[in-house]
Amino acid sequence: MEDCLAKKMEITVSEAEKRTGRNAMNMQETYTAYLIETRAVESQSEGQCAPVDSLWRRYSEFELLRNYLSVTYPHIVVPPLPEKRADFVWHKLSADNMDPDFVERRRIGLENFLLRVASHPVLCQDKIFYSFLTQEGGWKEMVNETGFQLKADSRLKALNATFRVKNPDKRFTELKHYSDELQSVISHLLRVRARVADWLYGVYKVHGNYGRVFSEWSAIEKEMGDGLQSAGHHMDVYAASIDDILEEEEHYADQLKEYLFYAEALRAVCRKHELMQYDLEMAAQDLTSKKQQCEELATGTMRTFSLKGMTSKLFGQETPEQREAKIKVLEEQIQEGEEQLKSKNLEGRDFVKSAWADIERFKEQKNHDLKEALISYAVMQISMCKKGIQVWTNAKECFSKM
Amino acid sequence: DTSLAEVNSFSPSMPISPSSMINQYKFEDEPELRDLFITVDDPESHITAIETFITYRVVTKTSRGEFDSSEYEVRRRYQDFLWLKTKLEEAHPTLIIPPLPEKFIMKGMVERFSDEFIETRRKALHKFLNRIADHPTLTFNEDFKIFLTAQAWELSSHKKQGPGLLSRMGQTVRAVASSVRGGVKNRPEMFTEMNDYMETFSQKINVLDKIAHRIYKEEREYFNEMKEYGPIHTLWSASEEDIADSLKGVASCIDKCCKATEKRMAGLSENLLPILHEYVLYSEILMGVLKRRDQIQGELESKVDALANRKTEKDLFSEEIGKLEDKVECANNALKADWDRWKQNMQCDMRSTFTNVAENNLRYYEECLATWESFLASQAVDLHVEEDSEDRP
Repeated sequence: MEDCLAKKMEITVSEAEKRTGRNAMNMQETYTAYLIETRAVESQSEGQCAPVDSLWRRYSEFELLRNYLSVTYPHIVVPPLPEKRADFVWHKLSADNMDPDFVERRRIGLENFLLRVASHPVLCQDKIFYSFLTQEGGWKEMVNETGFQLKADSRLKALNATFRVKNPDKRFTELKHYSDELQSVISHLLRVRARVADWLYGVYKVHGNYGRVFSEWSAIEKEMGDGLQSAGHHMDVYAASIDDILEEEEHYADQLKEYLFYAEALRAVCRKHELMQYDLEMAAQDLTSKKQQCEELATGTMRTFSLKGMTSKLFGQETPEQREAKIKVLEEQIQEGEEQLKSKNLEGRDFVKSAWADIERFKEQKNHDLKEALISYAVMQISMCKKGIQVWTNAKECFSKM
Repeated sequence: DTSLAEVNSFSPSMPISPSSMINQYKFEDEPELRDLFITVDDPESHITAIETFITYRVVTKTSRGEFDSSEYEVRRRYQDFLWLKTKLEEAHPTLIIPPLPEKFIMKGMVERFSDEFIETRRKALHKFLNRIADHPTLTFNEDFKIFLTAQAWELSSHKKQGPGLLSRMGQTVRAVASSVRGGVKNRPEMFTEMNDYMETFSQKINVLDKIAHRIYKEEREYFNEMKEYGPIHTLWSASEEDIADSLKGVASCIDKCCKATEKRMAGLSENLLPILHEYVLYSEILMGVLKRRDQIQGELESKVDALANRKTEKDLFSEEIGKLEDKVECANNALKADWDRWKQNMQCDMRSTFTNVAENNLRYYEECLATWESFLASQAVDLHVEEDSEDRP
């Protein structure tokens, strides 16, 4: 990743702002705009502070960028965007898109997305991506001018449509299976984690009630009063500590969510390959049948049943000139077909090669990131335990003095 | 299984050793000075044509002279305990009689005899008898002795004797009379203070009881979710290669923390919840004791009022009043002494119970900490191994 953009340029999504404007149907809408700041890295090493460039983008523009990248680089596992709507919420979290905590986590997610793209050896070189970061006006028009929407295969949108591929590539089949499993297991994990967080929150917060009651009780006690009062204070501390703990855990959940969405990107690459393979097989099949037709016309035999053949038998043979004309057309088509098939095969092989290279890169990244995430989860648990030990040690001392 | 065809035991006989008795409750009296050791165990169900009920084995070991033997074993049912409590209240209206577990918890007939219910009740009954044994006055009560020593038929016949119903009715009449009178006129300051204290204490202990139950409930739900949480990581590890070990490690940590939570919950239900419940009952008992003291004083005051209006038989009345004055003084002194004793015990119980809660939580967090730290250590080892292999050409 020597030449990737991330090494040459500092990219941050530093702010989020609520905006109101008019949408395509001239109706008023509220949305959030995000400030993207960029700064060239090289000048910093010279002891100068490079100027910061900045521009505002909204979520829909990020979506447009990602769609463009997905269509333009079908063999690449394109980094995912943070979720559009809050999902896997537990009771304290808001499902509202305008909620400041959600906006903040989305800001971080969008920054992460840009950094992922900027560190990708292929994607970082894309001009549209560079303009996204640096060119405020006219970017949307620029993207649309690439005509990428035409390249987008509408068949890919039908996610559940199956293409009967006769010779599926085993590796891609396995990979698709893996991406399905990954999606399923991570979403299950996130759901249960949210419920665990909910109950943990409850346990901590109910302890806070001790504080108030101990305080009121201590008012009528002479000897026990001090111990009760100070123990109550520690119970308040205990109850309050859960807020930070769970906020940190949300970041862990976001890390897992990224890979939940990455699973979709992985699946998309497999689908594209499937589609390519299907087109290839269809083209080969078409070519074979044309060759057969040609042969039949030339030899006058009918190996396979065809309505044309039957009608010609019933209503009279064609003239030799007619037959010659047909053969010539077919021969042209066959030649075209063979060239197309050749190029499709080449395309297919190139796709497989470059896709598999990116998949290997992705696998390494995934293993590294997930392992780090699991370790950070352990670190969080350790911190939570240490806080608990401190509070209850203090509380124990107060209780023993009652 | 709602039909019990024969007498059977619900739990294996649990002889409670003296050392575990000491752990179950702490009294200001040194255990070594005790000369009366009581255990309640071995619940058995009995089925008759009319009813089904449980009896408990009550074993008494003593070195006291007034007991004919040094060891007794009898079987008692809840009714018998209730009878004992009533007799003690009658004999010592201004002493603080320890709380009995409630008659039954309304949850339907089947659950009335659940193992959990029986065990909780057994523990409470055991505490009840031992608290009486430790009480400086109640321990020498005659009905208490009979309860501990009499065979079933002896107890039945003894129960039928005595003033019983009529005397209780008399008490009720007096109580009504004194409340009609408008309460006590010259209640000593000390008892007003006690009353105020008990009102607040009662409030607070009830809230604490609710809080503790709520915490238990939340912990149980947390435990249930945690049971599901760990295995998902194991499931995930099946589709991974490189990170399978890390995932399995996390799964194992979560499972261990889950078990630690279970222990923490058990600690609550064995210790804090029963104690808070007992003191909820105690607060009712104490309010009752204070009322009865007021009633006794009320009797005196109404007699004094009556005397003021009397022209004849003044001497007779004066004698009666003298007796009542003694009665009031006795009642006041008994209550004062018992109150001080109760407060000391309460302080002791609260101190040890809440300290135990803190220790429970400490143990929980320390166990979880150790689990996660060892996981982290295992990951660091992996990282070092990876780094080394990368350095090699």
